[in-house]
Parts: sequence; structure tokens; C-alpha cells
Amino acid sequence: MANYFDTKKNPRKAYTGMAIIAVVAIVFPFVSANFGNSWVRIVDLSLLYIMLALGLNIVVGFAGLLDLGYIAFYALGAYMTGLLASPQFAVVLQSFVDTYPTLGNGLLWLFGAEVAKNGIHLSVWAIVPLGAALAGFFGALLGAPTLKLRGDYLAIVTLGFGEIIRIFMNNLNLPVNITNGPQGINDIDPVSVFGVSLAGEQGSHGIVHFLGISMPSVNAYYFLFLILCIAIVFVTVRLQHSRLGRAFVAIREDEIAAKAMGINTRNVKLLAFAMGASFGGVSGAMFAAFQGFVSPESFSFTESITVLSMVVLGGMGHIPGVILGGVILAALPEILRHVVEPIQMALFGQVLMDAAILRLLLLGLAMVLIMLNRPAGIWPAPKHEDRPDADIDNPGKSTDVVAV
Amino acid sequence: MSEQIILNIGNVSKRFGGLQALSDVNVKIVKGQIYGLIGPNGAGKTTFFNVITGLYQPDTGTFELAGKPYSPSAPHEVAKAGIARTFQNIRLFGEMSAVENVMVGRHVRTHQGVFGAVFHHKAAREEEAAIRKRAMELLDFVGIAKFAERTSRHLSYGDQRRLEIARALATDPQLLALDEPAAGMNATEKLGLRELLVKIKAEGRTILLIEHDVKLVMGLCDRMTVLDYGKPIAEGVPADVQKNPAVIEAYLGGGH
Repeated sequence: MANYFDTKKNPRKAYTGMAIIAVVAIVFPFVSANFGNSWVRIVDLSLLYIMLALGLNIVVGFAGLLDLGYIAFYALGAYMTGLLASPQFAVVLQSFVDTYPTLGNGLLWLFGAEVAKNGIHLSVWAIVPLGAALAGFFGALLGAPTLKLRGDYLAIVTLGFGEIIRIFMNNLNLPVNITNGPQGINDIDPVSVFGVSLAGEQGSHGIVHFLGISMPSVNAYYFLFLILCIAIVFVTVRLQHSRLGRAFVAIREDEIAAKAMGINTRNVKLLAFAMGASFGGVSGAMFAAFQGFVSPESFSFTESITVLSMVVLGGMGHIPGVILGGVILAALPEILRHVVEPIQMALFGQVLMDAAILRLLLLGLAMVLIMLNRPAGIWPAPKHEDRPDADIDNPGKSTDVVAV
Repeated sequence: MSEQIILNIGNVSKRFGGLQALSDVNVKIVKGQIYGLIGPNGAGKTTFFNVITGLYQPDTGTFELAGKPYSPSAPHEVAKAGIARTFQNIRLFGEMSAVENVMVGRHVRTHQGVFGAVFHHKAAREEEAAIRKRAMELLDFVGIAKFAERTSRHLSYGDQRRLEIARALATDPQLLALDEPAAGMNATEKLGLRELLVKIKAEGRTILLIEHDVKLVMGLCDRMTVLDYGKPIAEGVPADVQKNPAVIEAYLGGGH
């Protein structure tokens, strides 16, 4: 399966593969809606994870910078949406007025009475670029002090960064209440596109009417996330086959040689951090709008590990592999959750093992097996020799090695 | 002036703790020549190399490239200024194909950023095509065009050396600096390398060559410097250097 999706080397196969995936992707929600909304909801969350995995793939897969705190950018995007698209900002202003009256009144004057009453409600058109920009900025900010670190040391620093952000979110309710602390932010606006709320209008029981089609809310979000996913795939694929993409890989392969070839490794690394983070920020913003609620619990260290596992398990640096890894690791636990208990009931007549426990066991087993049998991931980047234009049958003699 | 000085290094010194790795080394390289830098093990050849290419910070010294002072403070600035180097222990981008390795070498002479990469506008497409074309030309020049799509770490040792030279040439260097390119090669491979260096010189390029193999250097270089314990002990055309008693002593020990 090495050559699928390689439009240059094998256009027919690639376009056929893409067409099949496109048809499946479009038909899927309409079919599965017949079996309830939960399946589409699972896939919605998987798509968010795929966005995260693709972003992390730029940092880890392309540039080779091990980032264990990647979920921090997801949190930043989510909390930014929580503040800028919910009544929360009114709470923040009130809290400032109560604690520091001078500063609070200044802010009140700055933002006006409307914001003080209802909070800020930005539209999705502002939220997505703002989320990307904010997370990208923090990505570069994290990158700057870690430029000289590699491998384990970089992993430790990024891990710390991820925890710092989560702990901040958990504790920024005192002395002024910004994030509501462990309680999280509620009532986040659903995404609304061209005046159509993707959560469905009030009283419509979550049915969205868009362009003359009626669909459940989860389906509407599904298509939004799908479009964002495709956009991110497009950007990363283009990036991979560009001057910058080669610079990322050069740094991963040999940083000293990359420097000697004139690559400004500082700038290129910061760019990798910022780009990866910005995708995480977009994904987080969408997560917040989709759930309508964010709390620090969603951004624990295990989440960072999950996203990293998607990248590593799928095939580091290989975009289709990373997507596959995302699908498997995001959807599998949910599917297991739905099937583990019924299967046990059918087999043994009772539930012997809790779904949650068995789920982790199976996941761990799957990871060990995959890493043993396919250390480069389930679907790694094809070797150059495997591509059709590398003439492996007739490679010619090496230029210098001759029999004497 | 017919003899243009490409590289003019004055009084370079470098100290590592208690070890004076380089003391007052002066090197002047004329455009279009092959300049040799030889010396016994630990003489400071690679240190000198790392200093002029920005990998180590010198304690003292003046640095001029093609008449303009340059500061060897960062390797990528040095590459931009026009010195390209290879490494004693081959440092290729192992997982990339041969042609991609050379394409990375074009990085410093090209400009497309994120915008060009994502939107693939005309200028970006043309630049990308030009990068690939030049990379293929260079692979052809060093004689490994048929391995363009091979993973570079799967190439034979001699071909990896050639690929490293092609990658360095891709930066359009004023000076090509080769750190022991013949290390680990057999006699046939050395012969091939020699031909390649002559071919590069014939294109009007200037080469600084660090080498262990005295025979190779003597036949190839126009001028040379001999280092011993970080100090230059002889400078001149190979025939003179060969007869210099200090050089003979450094290589063979006293009493000869």
C-alpha cells in the first residue's frame, strides 16, 4: 500500500483512492445517522484528534522535535473560544471589578456595557484564525527557550509546558476569575456558519437546515470538521514537498549538516513549532464550540500521549499514516466501549470485566504488537526504493566499487 | 588583478581549556586553486575548518571572503556568505533521497516560504522546478545521477562522499571546503575522487582540501599549509613543502 495517494508517481491509483475516501466520507454520516447520533459523534471527535495528530506530525514527524506537551495548544484554542464566544467574559469583568475596582472599572469602560452584560461572542470566522494565531504564538514562545534541546531533554521541557498550561487553567479563578478553575467554562456558543447554527435552532431538537438539507447537529459538525481536516491535510502535504518541508526534514536528519547547508535552524524550528501549534489551536477552538463546555480535565498529560501515539503508531512523518493512526486510536476506544460489554454478555452471560479496563488493556496490547511488528508505524512513508521510478531491477553498478 | 584572493584568514587562534588547538594560523587562498591543509593527527586541521565555517567560535582572527569580511559566528551565515563544506564523518540527510539532499543545498539560494509552499503560485512552482533541475545537474556532474531517487544512506560509501560534494556545490559556494574526502576510500575510489576534484577546479571553483593522504594532496594542490600542534610549520607549493625539514620531522619524527 506504499504508493496510494502519491499523485505524482501513480496518479490513477491515487485519484481513485481519494475518490473512494471522499464518497465514503460524504455518505457515512447519512447512513450512520440511522443508528443514532453517537457514531457520528465519535467520528467528530476523531476528526478533531486527526487535526491534532497532523499538527503534531509537523513538529515530531517532519522536524523531529519530540513534543510531549502538545495538548497545551489544544487547551489554548479551547479556552480562547471559551472566553471569546460565551458569557464568560462578563464574569471575568465582574470579577475584576470586585477584586481590583480601579482596574476593573477601566476594563469596563474599555469594553462597554454590552460586553459586561453578555460577554464576548465572536463568530467562527474570527475564532479559527485567532485560535491558530494564539496557539502559533505560544508554540514559538515554547520553541524559543528549547532551541538547543533535543530528544529526551526537549521532551521534558515540553511536558512541563503542557502541565503548566493545564495547571494555569485549573487555578486562574483566583484572585480574579478568568477560567472558572476546575469547574470550567459553560455555555460556549455553537459554531454558526452563514447564520445557521450548527447546534440547530432552539426547539428544532438539534436538527440543522443548511442549503435545503436537514441533518442532525453532529452531522453538520462532521462536515465542518471534515473541511477543516482537509484544509490541514492540504497545507501539510504542500508543506512537505516544499523548500521548508525539506528544511524540516534536514533538521531532523542532521542538525549540524542542515546548519552547514545554510538553513537557519532557529527560525525553521520556531516555524515548525508555531505551525504545529496553530493546528492544535484550531482543533481546540472547534472542540470547545462542539462541546459547549471546556474544563482542565480535557487537557491532561494522557491526551498529549494519545496524540503522540497516533503519530508514532500511524507512521511518523507520513500524512496518510498519521491520519490512519488518528482514526484508529480515536475511534477504537469508543467502538470498544460500545461492543465490549454486549460481547461479554453474549459469551459469558455476565460482564466479567469493566469496559474501561478492558479498553486500556486491549489498547496497550495493540500498541505493543504494532511496535514489535511494525516499528516504523502501521503505514510508514514508502522507501524511496519502493517508488516506481527508482529503478531497483536495474540499479546499475555503484560508481566506485569495482572488483579488483 | 589576475590573482584574486578568495579566502584570507589572518591570525586565527582557538583554545580548548588548556589545549591551544590553533595558534596564529594564516591562510590565503587564490581563486580557482586547490589549497591543501595537511598535518599529522590532532594537528588542528578540522578545528581550523570548524572555526572558519562557524561551528566553533575563534578566540582571535580576521576573516575575509572574496575581499569582504565575514563573521564566522553561525554556520548558516557562513554558508550564505559562500563557504560550503563537507564533513569528515559523512553527514547526509540519511532518510532523504539523493536528489532531495542536493535540493536542501539550494535552500540558502532560494526564498519561498509558507505562503509559496501552500498556495503553489507561479513563482513558487518555478523556483521548485529550478531547484530540482539544478540538483539533478549536480548529481550528474558528480556522476551519481542514476541514484537520484535512492535513499541516501543506502548509497555506497564513495557515492555518499560524492553526494555530499554535490550538496555542498548546490549552495553556489565561492569556496568549497572538503574535510578529508578520501578518508576510508580504497585506491580506485581515491582515483575517482581525484578526477572529480580536478573537474570541479576546471569549472573555476576554489577548493580547500584537508587531507591525510599526502600523496593525493601533493599531486593535486596548487599551494598548501602544514599544521602541527596547531601551528603552521610550512606554507608554499607542494614541491617546496615536501623538502621542508620541519615537515619531514613532523611526519617522520626527529633524526631523519
